[in-house]
Amino acid sequence: MSRPRTKRRPIRWHIVVFLAPAVLIYTAIMIIPLFGTLNLSLFTRGEGNTREFVGLANFVTLFTDPRWSGAFWNATWNNLWFFIVHMLVQNPIGIALAAILSSPRLRFAAFYRTAIFIPAILSFVIVGFVWRLILSPLWGVAPNMMDAIGIGDWFSPWLGQESSALTTLALISVWQFVGIPMMLIYAALLSIPDEVLEAAEMDGITGASQFWKIKLPLILPTIGIVSILTFVGNFNAFDLIYVVQGALAGPNYSTDILGSLLFRTFFGFQLQLGDPHMGATVATVMFFIILAGVSLYLFGIQTRMRRYQF
Amino acid sequence: MTTRKTLTLTTAIALCASGALAQDVTLTIESWRNDDISIWRNQIIPAFEAAHPGIRLDFQPTAPAQYNSALNSKLDAGTAGDIITCRAFDAALQLFERDQLSDLTDLDGMENFSDVAKSAWSTDDGSQTFCVPLASVIHGFIYNAEIFEELDLEVPETEEEFFAVLDAIEEDGGYIPMAMGINDQWEAATMGFANIGVNYWRGEEGRAALIAGESRLTDDEWVAPFEQLARWSPYLGRGFESQSYPDSQNLFTLGRAAIYPAGSWEIAGFREQADFEMGAFPPPVPAGTDGCFISDHTDMGIGLNAASEHQEEGRAFLTWVAGSEASNLFANAIPGFFPLSDAEVTLEDPLAQEFIGWRDQCESTIRPFHQIVSRGTPNLSNESWTASANVMRGTWTPEEAGAHLQDGLSSWYEPHQ
Repeated sequence: MSRPRTKRRPIRWHIVVFLAPAVLIYTAIMIIPLFGTLNLSLFTRGEGNTREFVGLANFVTLFTDPRWSGAFWNATWNNLWFFIVHMLVQNPIGIALAAILSSPRLRFAAFYRTAIFIPAILSFVIVGFVWRLILSPLWGVAPNMMDAIGIGDWFSPWLGQESSALTTLALISVWQFVGIPMMLIYAALLSIPDEVLEAAEMDGITGASQFWKIKLPLILPTIGIVSILTFVGNFNAFDLIYVVQGALAGPNYSTDILGSLLFRTFFGFQLQLGDPHMGATVATVMFFIILAGVSLYLFGIQTRMRRYQF
Repeated sequence: MTTRKTLTLTTAIALCASGALAQDVTLTIESWRNDDISIWRNQIIPAFEAAHPGIRLDFQPTAPAQYNSALNSKLDAGTAGDIITCRAFDAALQLFERDQLSDLTDLDGMENFSDVAKSAWSTDDGSQTFCVPLASVIHGFIYNAEIFEELDLEVPETEEEFFAVLDAIEEDGGYIPMAMGINDQWEAATMGFANIGVNYWRGEEGRAALIAGESRLTDDEWVAPFEQLARWSPYLGRGFESQSYPDSQNLFTLGRAAIYPAGSWEIAGFREQADFEMGAFPPPVPAGTDGCFISDHTDMGIGLNAASEHQEEGRAFLTWVAGSEASNLFANAIPGFFPLSDAEVTLEDPLAQEFIGWRDQCESTIRPFHQIVSRGTPNLSNESWTASANVMRGTWTPEEAGAHLQDGLSSWYEPHQ
């Protein structure tokens, strides 16, 4: 019935050859360090300078010791709030800006697009420094400008107050990165074929309702990607906090997020000596939090999303 | 042909050059004092090289906040410089215990230092010393003498007088009474708590009692400094909660603030920036205190990388550093970092003279949380930053701050359990 296999398929070496560079580089700079970190978190520094295997004891410490778990949950909630502010402010503004920019009647669209995107290519150090100056109660322009329009009494040293510092930092980060969702969604909006929009117009769907009923469903996959990028970016964030508030993430740890907790633990700070093993433990937990978030999106949301082929 | 000729010529020149350099040993110096780079390159290094032909120095500073972690990584990787600038106490002790710093107990010149000076860089029992004590910093207050003259104010000696002066400046309304912010947190602990606290816990006496577990951070002598800090807040001007360290420095050097809670390391910078007369006073004593105390903190030492190939040359450099020529050079090149050696040192800067003069009137002590009690997690010294800032912001009461610090210390430090 079957015809005898006279010839086995030759091994397709070219696939291996073409994949090799990427696989090797990715393994060397991503996979090996990742497993190195996971491995490091299972050890502790013993007497002298030895490494001792302790299994999951570091994780137990992190979650049960009241100090460690207090710092960890504080950082996690702060991080979550940081993410929520981005989702509630950055992404809707990004979508709105993209919608406005893609309107054919808008003049100077290229200029606006560039101007809004520029902060995203600035260094964190510059952004942090500039905003610290703007919001400075001593020489900042914010108090003067608010005085000029008669709301000077509303000014307070936001970065120095426990209640407002984290939200202020999140909004600074939103200001910096709003260009990225804007660009991605703008590109998605441009790729919607004219036929679809014309058909909508024929059916009498124009203006705002066209955006809500036609364009928004079509760009949902892109919004999903933007959300997951925001999630990963926020849970890996560190730079802005470090630049503006220092490694102790003041006031009173109210701006401490997982990245700054990891930095303090791993490298130490001032008299606090670094503890690579606890640091790796925090890093591992961060990795699993991000992995869980991404998996939830990939398997829970993305697979159910409807895609439209044009 | 021509190419080959040029090549040969270049090789020959290169060979000659390297031949000449081969006798010279270059010692690389690791340091966090990037502010001092020009002083090292223009004054200290030439002075040493002139006296020691054959040894060259290369000063390679890192940013202060990254120094400890960068140095540890470099030492672990074997790429650190030959000469290591040592942080005081545990950071350097840890390096020594890991055999990354050479033992300098028998270094020529070590006899120039007292045991107190060496304590920051010796093992707990004092038997081995691993860094040459280089400098200490003294805390106090620097004031704008012109504002004091204008408002006809006397330099305060007691706490009562101190607050009277602050009230007088506040009442005049033209100046911010005191320049300090709590955004960076460490000023509150270092220039606030450690600065004024010494009079309450009576210097070394209180510090030793804390280490021995005989006094607790909830006791009066540790809570009272927090109470004074809480009283400072109304005098600090608008928005001190988010005022950073450079902001405070600028406020003072621009002449907008009258008093600056200081460390002596500010002297060099203030000399450059401020164009008015400055004076200094030690922390005002609370009522009913006999004598006075100052925080004279051993801050900087200098040691030798145990893995360095040039141990002999390194020791030659350190012996020179321990001598009186280098002490004088350092003290005057970097006013405000006071030499720790017993050698006779003449300071030229009047403000620096004022600071160092307190050593004769008052008893010296180091910052309370630097030795031993900051060896665990949570780190008492770092916690004291947050606590001091919280008290000044009004988030915690002084009692809560004391209780919080005590809790943290009790969680890992045996004498307090």
